[in-house]
Amino acid sequence: MFKAKVYVTTKANVLDPQGAAVQRALHTMGYGAVEDVRIGKYLEFVLETNDRAQAEADLKKMCEQILSNPVVEDYRYELED
Amino acid sequence: MQTLTKNTLDSLEQGKINMSKEPTPAQIASERIYATMGVSDSEYDLICTILGRKPNYTEIGVFSVMWSEHCAYKNSKPLLKRFPTTGERVLMGPGEGAGIVDIGDGQAVCFKIESHNHPSAVEPYQGAATGVGGIIRDIFSMGARPIATLNSLRFGKLTDERVRYLFEHVVSGIAGYGNCIGIPTVGGEVMFDSSYEGNPLVNAMCVGLIDHEDIQRGVASGVGNPVYYVGPATGRDGIHGATFASEELTEESEAKRSAVQVGDPFMEKLVMEACLELIQSGIVIGIQDMGAAGLTCSSAEMASKAGNGLELNLNEVPQREQGMTPYEMMLSESQERMLFVIEEHNEPIAMEIFERWGVICRKVGRVTDDGRLRLVYGSEVVADMPVRGLVDECPVYEKPSQVPAYYTKNEAVDTNRYEEVTDVNDALLKVLASPTVASKEWVYRQYDSMVRASTSVAPGSDAAVVLVRGTRKALAMTTDCNGRFTYLDPYMGGRIAVAEAARNVVCSGAEPLAITDNLNFGNPEKPENFWQMEQSVDGMAEACRHFDTPVIGGNVSLYNENAKDAIYPTPVVGMVGLVHDTDHITTQGFKQAGDVVILLGDTKAELGGSEFQLVIHGVTEGRPPVLELDTELRLQKTVLKLIQDGLVKSAHDVSEGGLAVAIAESAISGGIGAEVEVSAEGLRTDVALFSESQSRIVLSVSPEAADAVVEACTQNEVPVQRIGVVGGDRISIQVNGQQAIDVAQHEAERVWKDAIPCLMQ
Amino acid sequence: MKVAVLVFPGSNCDFDCVHAVEETMTDGAVERVWHTTEDLTGYDLIIVPGGFSYGDYLRSGAIARFAPVMNAVAKAAEAGVYVLGICNGFQILTEAGLLPGVLRRNTGMKFRCHSSMLRVARPDTAFTSEYKQDELINIPIAHGEGNYYCDDETLAKLQANGQIVFTYDDNPNGSLNDIAGIVNEKGNVLGMMPHPERAVSDLLGSSDGVRMFTSIMKAWRERHANVN
Repeated sequence: MFKAKVYVTTKANVLDPQGAAVQRALHTMGYGAVEDVRIGKYLEFVLETNDRAQAEADLKKMCEQILSNPVVEDYRYELED
Repeated sequence: MQTLTKNTLDSLEQGKINMSKEPTPAQIASERIYATMGVSDSEYDLICTILGRKPNYTEIGVFSVMWSEHCAYKNSKPLLKRFPTTGERVLMGPGEGAGIVDIGDGQAVCFKIESHNHPSAVEPYQGAATGVGGIIRDIFSMGARPIATLNSLRFGKLTDERVRYLFEHVVSGIAGYGNCIGIPTVGGEVMFDSSYEGNPLVNAMCVGLIDHEDIQRGVASGVGNPVYYVGPATGRDGIHGATFASEELTEESEAKRSAVQVGDPFMEKLVMEACLELIQSGIVIGIQDMGAAGLTCSSAEMASKAGNGLELNLNEVPQREQGMTPYEMMLSESQERMLFVIEEHNEPIAMEIFERWGVICRKVGRVTDDGRLRLVYGSEVVADMPVRGLVDECPVYEKPSQVPAYYTKNEAVDTNRYEEVTDVNDALLKVLASPTVASKEWVYRQYDSMVRASTSVAPGSDAAVVLVRGTRKALAMTTDCNGRFTYLDPYMGGRIAVAEAARNVVCSGAEPLAITDNLNFGNPEKPENFWQMEQSVDGMAEACRHFDTPVIGGNVSLYNENAKDAIYPTPVVGMVGLVHDTDHITTQGFKQAGDVVILLGDTKAELGGSEFQLVIHGVTEGRPPVLELDTELRLQKTVLKLIQDGLVKSAHDVSEGGLAVAIAESAISGGIGAEVEVSAEGLRTDVALFSESQSRIVLSVSPEAADAVVEACTQNEVPVQRIGVVGGDRISIQVNGQQAIDVAQHEAERVWKDAIPCLMQ
Repeated sequence: MKVAVLVFPGSNCDFDCVHAVEETMTDGAVERVWHTTEDLTGYDLIIVPGGFSYGDYLRSGAIARFAPVMNAVAKAAEAGVYVLGICNGFQILTEAGLLPGVLRRNTGMKFRCHSSMLRVARPDTAFTSEYKQDELINIPIAHGEGNYYCDDETLAKLQANGQIVFTYDDNPNGSLNDIAGIVNEKGNVLGMMPHPERAVSDLLGSSDGVRMFTSIMKAWRERHANVN
């Protein structure tokens, strides 16, 4: 059994208006040092299998098929025992 | 049927089969644990008498929510009896999920308003969202298809950061829920006054359409029939929400964040479609939503209405969290859940529908003949209470009432003592920029007001108008209440709230049908607050009788207080009117250059509680305008007839900001100027422009129709004055022959439109 | 002419589309078709309506594209059947890869609902033949994620092929090049954020959407006549 952690973020070259809004807010609150705020999604779930290679292959497919939209989003994942 | 044996009775008494960490019946008594649930000593004693023993933890929990103000109306019942609730068209009055009024051709309109003030004060997004979700369930549980929602909102001043936060998130919460479920948010009102700081008001109204034969009731009839639970699994959300709503907001409320539920509009959409399909199948005996006090209130009320009992098997209740106790399951306010009763042999029909919509449906109990609400958990009976005791035997309190000192003091206040404002142009722009008067586009643009493709008049006119598909009819709807008027004179303010709602509906071309009311008041234990409530109810009731618009349902929200004081008494009126033919639909904007502007009604020196008094002089004092019921009714009947005769191009009720603002709004909405000359004998220019005298409407009519309109008004004894002509790009108003206001239409529009967005940036 | 209006859990403009078809397409026989349907043979127009399919909880349209009916939509699109995706329907079609690009959160971060003026950039499609070149039409919007985005290469292709059908006169959401609606290369799949089905009567504020439905009917008749 593995625990999967998936991070979906806006591609670096794509504008992230939510991130920009948070950054503006942080600046008005006096946190002037804040730069490059990006907002993403975090998902976690359990994979009921003992085959690590299979789990990883499945996870990659899930990320590409549904969990992220490759037009605007990047993803990365962690697979924990 | 399982009956309570001597053994289980003993066990209950001793608390043996109670959940291990729960206090025993003896502890509940000796440590007065019931008091923390809002149950008084005398109420506790009465509960013991009803049960014939001490209640266990689950039972006292169930009693505490059933006997809260929110469910039992124990402080407001005597007042609510003063409302007229019947009428030729009323098919269902107060008592069910929502009231229903006949609109002809076998169809009816079903509507209700409800508050979510306290949850919104602590978690504005979810508080407002679940408020919308709750009122929608009330409508579809009657069998009606929800066709529109409206909101009546009150906040403190927008210059305050916390107020802006609450305002922004309440609006997003309403938008988030309504947009997703696909019911248009077509109107409402937003007002700002420091009185609401720390205790915003979030009242949501839903309107539905129903065929007469589909009308449902929340009854658990037919002994032996199964009871089903529908919707997402139960979690520990919002336990004691009903009690929470019946307490004052304090600093500690912030710490009670767990009391707020989270809404899932997607789930509600599925539950709604599935339930409407179930109802259409004709097999439903009784259906009710789980609102405040969740499973407790819905099951007890359904049993009570049928004069039956109900046994619930809590093992079958779908649970989202582990280790939930009966107490938690019964008091959870998890959202989007329903309870219904059918005959056992129809179960496959129901299951097929819910499976197709992907909604959990589980048999959780049975109707019994012994009049008891009995809960089984594990293999034990964990609670056993008489339904009548829960629903009907809550004590009703006749609270003492006392005239507040401020009211007496205000009698002597002369609202004409203020120095005359000479720059009325500047005053108009200031009033237009006041958030209460300013454009609410920033708000309603976030709402999907057009889904269902039936919205004929979207937010921004006197009342919203929604078409009734397949007919030439339409429904006009509005919410109204000027809290400053009800504060200064609750009786007169109550009358005005009903009259203004009716006037708005009439200006849209509709005949007023009935109202739903949301009584938002302070702590009723304070005699001054109770007096406000009593007076407001009397004023509203009298107006409802006069206009033949009965009260078909509503909601009471008490304990609306902040650190300083109670909020302004705010009995919000939600009204629905019937447009008999879509040709009658009328909006507030001027339509065409050359049209004649006509003012109906008299303008008097009445600045008490006006927007001008607050914005320019910084006070709310004196007595509010006087509303004379016969005068108002004559005005409304005359205008409705003129509209139905096709003589009216635009109609706009004169309210906040007086005549000057009414003319400016008609010009802004129409995108065209007007040149107006008013005569107001004996009145100062600033008073004539900004007085908020009641029973006034500004019409624009074609030049050919003008004589007929004036003639009809004169005949009906409605004061009438031709005051000018539509056209040009300026708003120009002369008073008693003197030039008073002259401003470019686009400048007025800019000030009016930019005010709220600027404050929210 | 047989018209299918797809229904996903959370669709909320399906009835509006049905009514619009009934009121505007005299030859149209319209049905609501459940998301589990696997065969769309026989339909001449498939409408993917607006709403919040599956709550739009992951990304708008991301879950709906995996509904069984979407394979049938892809097959029908391939076969040249007209497919019209409105609002959430547009989002689903991009997620499904039937149209290029993606609809992102509005730049203003808020949901926006109001009337909007569209410019008809291509009146020579099956969906727009009743409009004039560069005509301004009033079709309301109601969305929180209508900000069209694609990479430069895709944009160049859209422009070169004339796939940009509608643009906003006053861009409400930050869409790239004011894009409000596009067609696929073959010209039989149109996706747009504004709601033509809400603009079919003056009582609703605009009847400019009527001609979109009559255009499709005209195109179908012409095609039908050719076949005979």
